[in-house]
Amino acid sequence: MAKYLSIIDSSYRATIEEQDDTAVWFTHAMKNGGADVSILLRGDAVNYAVSGQDAKGLRFGARTVKGPDMVRDIQAVIDKKISLYAVADDLAERGIPASRLIPGVEQVQRSAIARLIETHDRVLSW
Amino acid sequence: MATITIGIMDPPYESANTPTAFRLVEAAIRKGHNVNVFCYEGATALGFAGQKPHANAVHGLSLEEEDHPNPKEWVKSLLTFAGEKKVKLVWCNCGMCVDERGVENQVEGVCRGSPVDAWKYSEASDGVLLIGTE
Repeated sequence: MAKYLSIIDSSYRATIEEQDDTAVWFTHAMKNGGADVSILLRGDAVNYAVSGQDAKGLRFGARTVKGPDMVRDIQAVIDKKISLYAVADDLAERGIPASRLIPGVEQVQRSAIARLIETHDRVLSW
Repeated sequence: MATITIGIMDPPYESANTPTAFRLVEAAIRKGHNVNVFCYEGATALGFAGQKPHANAVHGLSLEEEDHPNPKEWVKSLLTFAGEKKVKLVWCNCGMCVDERGVENQVEGVCRGSPVDAWKYSEASDGVLLIGTE
């Protein structure tokens, strides 16, 4: 069975309507179906690994929007034994310290991405 | 009270531009301004009545628990909200864009027009904002 690496760069694209990130959701669904998958967060998507984020409170007229719960979804990915990596350089550039990360997120240096890709058979770039 | 025209181009479920546009419309109505929304290209699907909420197996939530929002509900809610605030909200789709996508079945209150209508809305407005796709 092939090993997949989902590299997620584009972030918060339609998380209000979808109430999740579609790439994280897709990868999680693959895992539920039996696939061997990992996730690498890079660029602005490293913010998905930040604990305590809260998108609640949005409403349009009388219609309240629940919004995404990225902490729940990233925690669920980790609980499902999907390896979840975040690029350390991208975290540092955005001023996100390790203490703010959801437990279980692994940091990888940008220089180590090529090696990480080599350990997987197929890459899904989002 | 001012009149504002906002052009939207992104389709639903694809971009953060969509909730941003809705937030701007909501804020303008809340402050008592009239708003013309002109939906171009993929944005004409925002009011498509065929959108359906779904349960979410990955979240482990039922249809009711997920409470999945469809932008058509936001359009309806904003049209109602404008009525409550006694301001005018026009939600106009580019007709050809609608036809291309087969999204003719729109929620009540959405109208059909052309770029000329968008221009007329603009001419009659105090301010115009076009939120194009990236």
